[in-house]
Amino acid sequence: MNLIMPPEEEKIIPQTRAEPRIESREPKPDALASALDSRPSTPSIPALTVKNLSVYFGKNQVLKGVSLEVQARAVTAIIGPSGCGKSTFLRALNRMHELVPEARMTGEIRLFGEDIYAGGVEPVIVRRRVGMVFQKSNPFPTMSIADNVTVGLRLNGVRARATLVDRMEKSLRMAALWDEVKDRLHSPAINLSGGQQQRLCIARALAVQPEVLLMDEPASALDPLATAKIEDLILELKKDFTIVIVTHNMQQAARISDSTAFLYLGELIEFDATRKIFTNPARKQTEDYVTGRFG
Amino acid sequence: MPNEETRSCIVLGSRLLQSSFRLLQSHMTAPNHNWRKFKNSFMQALTLACALFVIAPLGLVFYHLVKSGVGSVNWDFFTKLPKPVGEVGGGMANAIVGTFVLLGIAACVGVPVGVLGGVYLSEYGSSRLNGWIRFGADVLNGVPSIIWGMVVYALVVIPMKGFSAWAGGMVLGMMMIPFIMRTTEEVLQLVPNGYREAALALGIAQWRAIVQIVVRTALKGIITGVLLALARVSGETAPLLFTAFGNQFWAHKLTQPIAALPLQIFSYAISPYDDWHRQAWAGALVLLLLITAINVTVRVLTRDRIHKNP
Repeated sequence: MNLIMPPEEEKIIPQTRAEPRIESREPKPDALASALDSRPSTPSIPALTVKNLSVYFGKNQVLKGVSLEVQARAVTAIIGPSGCGKSTFLRALNRMHELVPEARMTGEIRLFGEDIYAGGVEPVIVRRRVGMVFQKSNPFPTMSIADNVTVGLRLNGVRARATLVDRMEKSLRMAALWDEVKDRLHSPAINLSGGQQQRLCIARALAVQPEVLLMDEPASALDPLATAKIEDLILELKKDFTIVIVTHNMQQAARISDSTAFLYLGELIEFDATRKIFTNPARKQTEDYVTGRFG
Repeated sequence: MPNEETRSCIVLGSRLLQSSFRLLQSHMTAPNHNWRKFKNSFMQALTLACALFVIAPLGLVFYHLVKSGVGSVNWDFFTKLPKPVGEVGGGMANAIVGTFVLLGIAACVGVPVGVLGGVYLSEYGSSRLNGWIRFGADVLNGVPSIIWGMVVYALVVIPMKGFSAWAGGMVLGMMMIPFIMRTTEEVLQLVPNGYREAALALGIAQWRAIVQIVVRTALKGIITGVLLALARVSGETAPLLFTAFGNQFWAHKLTQPIAALPLQIFSYAISPYDDWHRQAWAGALVLLLLITAINVTVRVLTRDRIHKNP
């Protein structure tokens, strides 16, 4: 079976993985499911280990020695007032902050035990393993709904049509969008509503089979109904993916996350189980923030 | 009696004074709007006249060209070679084809360099180097076309030992580069950054994201810039005098001198023959229609350029 597999398929499975995953090489229909089943299932192995992370933009230090562990297959929320470094923290997790020319970082981030900033590690490979969904939905305007979902695969060299069609349907189903768009897969993506566009972006991120999904205020531009759909979706996705979400909405963090980190002025003030953060925080600052006394 | 007269004079005078004072008073308390309205409409009329003055030459040129040229635009004009001196008739078929050949070579030179340079300015370069490149391109945009002709004469014509279509196309292509580079950069800058980030976050390599996502999103704008550059150089005459030189016959090789509409118009217009003058008018009309056609294409392309999203 290996012989008839297109060699491109291998490209989207990073070679540098620490956990030897029994990735199914056969193009059988449930390749995705079996790939997901081979994820480390013991919750004791953190998906991401951040040690003493500091990020600078020029002379401006945005993050000051943040250390935390993100559990696999759980939702970790990052809360804090505007400008506290939430988005920068998120972007450091898949090296997106490097797009700012004068950005630099110190410290260490390990993805399933592997240093993603080690010499020789390509940011492109890191980003295939750690996907991202942005605040503003941004489906590519020149592409159809179907093309938007498969773009990450196609531009990474996957050409087998069966794989693409199969992965597109699975991703759209996982993003709870399939039923709404299955009859117009080839119409332009920008004709979708705002909430649908955001779920399309989630499907697009899922199609490249990331291990971790970063979400930067994914629902802050949506109405309450669309927000509820996204939140349901996140709870569904955490069965298979590790999710880190930045949110301004305290209720949202309380509703969907398992653990919560409170960042303030670039420092990690408190990181604990969500229930504890919202009911019995250890620090006064956290209590003041979650009860709405400042921020 | 004189007393009576004086009195009536005084009464009249005081009444006049009174009424003029009242008039003045009414002016001060409730100012008359007519003066202000007059000033406003005067300025409006003045600016309208200036705006009309801008398009008036276009109308005049068109009117004059159609009047003097349309009679000579016939089948022969598009299919026949120029007749020898003294003979009536003939056409500009070689010049029309020559113009397209020159524009084709120019596009091959100018489009890749201009577009890729614009991509570099917008997507890669450091801000300091970009500043210098932009400044250079803007200076080049303003260089008189005859100087371009002299440069290419020195760089291409002399080493190749002769005027040629290559040299003519090269000079037009070089003139297109700075214009295409700047328009490409501008339309790429209009592509929202969210698309670049989304593509990179999918683990797509940067060059692929640029080619398949960013450039594709801005493609219509890039094509518009290319067409406008072509329209701009299609009427150039001076640089072609040094390079393509012109030809009364078909150019069978690109290493031979080649005819072009502007060159043919130039040589016919300064000739002493009435028939050639008529053909020059016809050539000018055809050239103007060609440029208009390019501009209409640009309008059609840019009509639905606004995207609904980010």
